[in-house]
Amino acid sequence: MKRTWLPLGFIALIALLGIGLTLNPRQVPSPLIGKAAPPFELPRLDQPSRTFTQKEMLGSVWVLNVWASWCPPCLVEHPVVTELAKSVPVVGLNYKDAREDALPWLARNGDPYQLSVYDAKGRIAIDYGVYGVPETYVIDQKGVIRYKHIGPLTPEVAQKKLAPLVKELRGG
Amino acid sequence: MGRFVIIFCLWAGAATAAEDLDKRTAALAEELRCLVCQNQTLAESNAPLAVDLRNQVREQLANGASEREVREYMVARYGDFVLYKPPFKASTAALWLGPFALLLAGVVLLVRRLRRPRAPEPALSSAERERVAKLLE
Repeated sequence: MKRTWLPLGFIALIALLGIGLTLNPRQVPSPLIGKAAPPFELPRLDQPSRTFTQKEMLGSVWVLNVWASWCPPCLVEHPVVTELAKSVPVVGLNYKDAREDALPWLARNGDPYQLSVYDAKGRIAIDYGVYGVPETYVIDQKGVIRYKHIGPLTPEVAQKKLAPLVKELRGG
Repeated sequence: MGRFVIIFCLWAGAATAAEDLDKRTAALAEELRCLVCQNQTLAESNAPLAVDLRNQVREQLANGASEREVREYMVARYGDFVLYKPPFKASTAALWLGPFALLLAGVVLLVRRLRRPRAPEPALSSAERERVAKLLE
């Protein structure tokens, strides 16, 4: 009895630690899921004199994508964002960038965004708990954050997570 | 002279206030995790985000926020993970109690093993005794 119990306990401990090793410590669960998207009013990237606030998106399901021209993974995910933007409005949050770098970046790689806002100091990004660009948020009609993806979007995440979620939110 | 003294006092007062703010910012930054280089505190890390967050801590303390309010501000955005000493609650119970549970289990096993009666030493037959005696000669 005791002889079987002890190795079993040991194996359970090894299994627990093993599972821990497969988890990605970079994927910190966001406390913002299920909460209202933090409010902001920021100048537009393309027209500094005009501002945009998240309130303008109330009533539709939309995606907020944090990007910067200095961020290589943003370029990696750019085709995925471009594809995603065909089915859901995507607003860009241009993070700690310079207009003279960001605008040519969009001209070079295509601009899938409905518009981008310009967060030069990264102050709004802190409100959104951004710590690794790119990050992507799905926000529902009532302005509640429903999903957050950290790091570059992959076609799998876009197709298996984001697209069904957007569909579900629109249906509900 | 009087004017000089007043200016000096104001300057000295401002200097100690700034020093105090530096100390409080540094102390709080020691408790907060840098989200970019996760095994460093905000105080140790030079990642751009850590610099921004240190500035946030400083700015908020300067505006009269308490340490607790700044901690809450960080947790609201980055979760308990940002605290090097997360609060004790259901989701962190295993983290806080796990090591003690393992230690307790170890002690229980050890005590049980030590208390187990030892098997009596096998008695030697007379033939074996003779053999031992010969070998020891």
